[in-house]
Amino acid sequence: MSTIIKETTNATHNGIFPSNEVMLDLKKLKKVYPTPKGDYVVLEDLNLQIRKEEFVTIIGHSGCGKTTMLSMIAGLNEISGGHISVLGKHIKGPGPDRGVIFQAPSLMPWMTALQNVLLGVNQVFPDATKAQRNDIAKYYLQKVGLEDAFDKRAADLSQGMQQRVGIARAFAIKPKVLLLDEPFGMLDSLTRGELQDILIEIWNKEKITAVMITHDVDEAIFLADRVVMMTSGPRAKIGDVLEIDFERPRTRKAVLEHDDYYKYRKHLIDFLEH
Amino acid sequence: MKQSVTLGKVSKFMGLGFLSTFKDLFTGKLGKEDYKNFLRKIIVPIGSVLLFIGLWHLGARTLYNTEADFKINKALTEQGQAAADEMAACIASGDISCQPNTLPSPSQVWASFQSLLNDHALISADKAAFAEKTAALNEKRVAEGKDPIVYTGRPSFVDQIFRSLKTVFAGFFLALLIAVPLGIFIGLSPTLKSAFNWFIQIFKPVSPVVWYLLVFMIVKTLLIDSSEDSSFTISFIAVGLCSMWATLVNTSMGVSTVDKDYINVAKVLKLGPFQKVFKVVLPSSLPLIFTGLKITLSVAWMVLIAIELLAQSPGLGLFVWEEFQNGANDSNAKIIVAMFVIGIIGFLLDRLMLTIQNAVSFEKTDAI
Repeated sequence: MSTIIKETTNATHNGIFPSNEVMLDLKKLKKVYPTPKGDYVVLEDLNLQIRKEEFVTIIGHSGCGKTTMLSMIAGLNEISGGHISVLGKHIKGPGPDRGVIFQAPSLMPWMTALQNVLLGVNQVFPDATKAQRNDIAKYYLQKVGLEDAFDKRAADLSQGMQQRVGIARAFAIKPKVLLLDEPFGMLDSLTRGELQDILIEIWNKEKITAVMITHDVDEAIFLADRVVMMTSGPRAKIGDVLEIDFERPRTRKAVLEHDDYYKYRKHLIDFLEH
Repeated sequence: MKQSVTLGKVSKFMGLGFLSTFKDLFTGKLGKEDYKNFLRKIIVPIGSVLLFIGLWHLGARTLYNTEADFKINKALTEQGQAAADEMAACIASGDISCQPNTLPSPSQVWASFQSLLNDHALISADKAAFAEKTAALNEKRVAEGKDPIVYTGRPSFVDQIFRSLKTVFAGFFLALLIAVPLGIFIGLSPTLKSAFNWFIQIFKPVSPVVWYLLVFMIVKTLLIDSSEDSSFTISFIAVGLCSMWATLVNTSMGVSTVDKDYINVAKVLKLGPFQKVFKVVLPSSLPLIFTGLKITLSVAWMVLIAIELLAQSPGLGLFVWEEFQNGANDSNAKIIVAMFVIGIIGFLLDRLMLTIQNAVSFEKTDAI
């Protein structure tokens, strides 16, 4: 198993990534909420560059502004200062080039699993034939293990299954950037592990640049190329960045057995506790 | 994946869950828990109905005696002992002319119900005979371009029920056609909401009687050239206007409070306004819209009686009013029959709406 993981820990990502192209660029990002007692600055001077095909996880204390940052990238929250660009182009509002997997599965409960995925696919591939779009949606539902549940209504699926549909919906629209807002936060730990495996498996194939918020240190290490630690708010910014030099594809067992695993873990926990 | 359709599911779906208990009783599938359920769901309601009829019977009898004593005493003080004896004998003999006029007993109401059904049979036969007699003549008249001769006899009780249902559904659909689209627009646009809010707040509490008068003023003038009877038009419009408010308020609330997550999904996928409304906003507000429609239908049925009475539009309302004015010896009993019919139809309409609601919306609502 240990052969999967790179023996040398001092290797840089230059060797792993096919390109150094910057996919997502956050520059001097600022978020201010006006309150009767004056402005409340959530984020200030936040700079982050994420490379193409990189998987970045973000951890930080509750209420530090992680979700605010993610929804700003998604375009669902106004930017107060600075800018966000995808492949060098400033974003304007939300769009399917930035797919989102929300914390709650956010499926339309009156639609079937397939219809939920098709809702996005139809929007992104308007020129494809109906059969082609169906095939795309079914392909991703199969990838998340829901081949038997195409025609089940979302309301009748368990929370874990609903989140699987959420993953399929996000990948099926082939976004440039995938934004994940604590997608497994509401699941029990067994289901969470299952879904992490599914997510990483499908991600290994698609290599979509991903930014994921999590509270779970192990999850952050297992999934990420880099773990970004945010300082506590107000005026939150990037506190520290940890490169995770495990080779892909990874297995949970190999990651847990790796010598550096506990070093990474200690680093993150030290940051969170100070 | 296929779901088997059983009586249990269907009846529960329609809010008539107690029916499945009956089925279990006959198929011998009752366990200990089921007997408890059977007791609660079947025996207890039957017991309460019997108790109700018993109390009603006793109450009616007391009122009857009070009224009778009053009549005898009145005869005694005004005309003397002989007249009082005569009155007592007359009441005891069951003579129609001197029966005390008060709350009818359950048996009188049942008898009136049957006489109303007999009356319906007679009128139906009469109508059929009339149609047969005039068939040839009407054909000729139509060929000559004249209006056919129609039956103008007295409508039966059953005819009046159907007429009332026709009025209430016409009013209900009018309310639906006005309130649902308007509610959607108001819910989607805060500007429209503030434009219409005062309008809703002021007109919502207006009484059915006033709505009727308002509609009467307008429709009377609009149909001034028409020779046709406008009472139906006036009453169904008034019913619609009275009852549409619940749907209007619920629809706009449902549309404006769609789960933020769904709206975010629509934004991320960049759904167009049309798709956003039809694929996200409307389906998610259907449960609230239907709650509104259910209230609308029950309000429509309730105000219908008052409006038919005012509009002199044939139907149960007019029936009740005419029986009250009529003052025949069985009029009171007929009014009580109408009361039960109105109540039962109202209940069935409610169940009908619940069935439709469960069929079209994603949240299952249990009957209350």
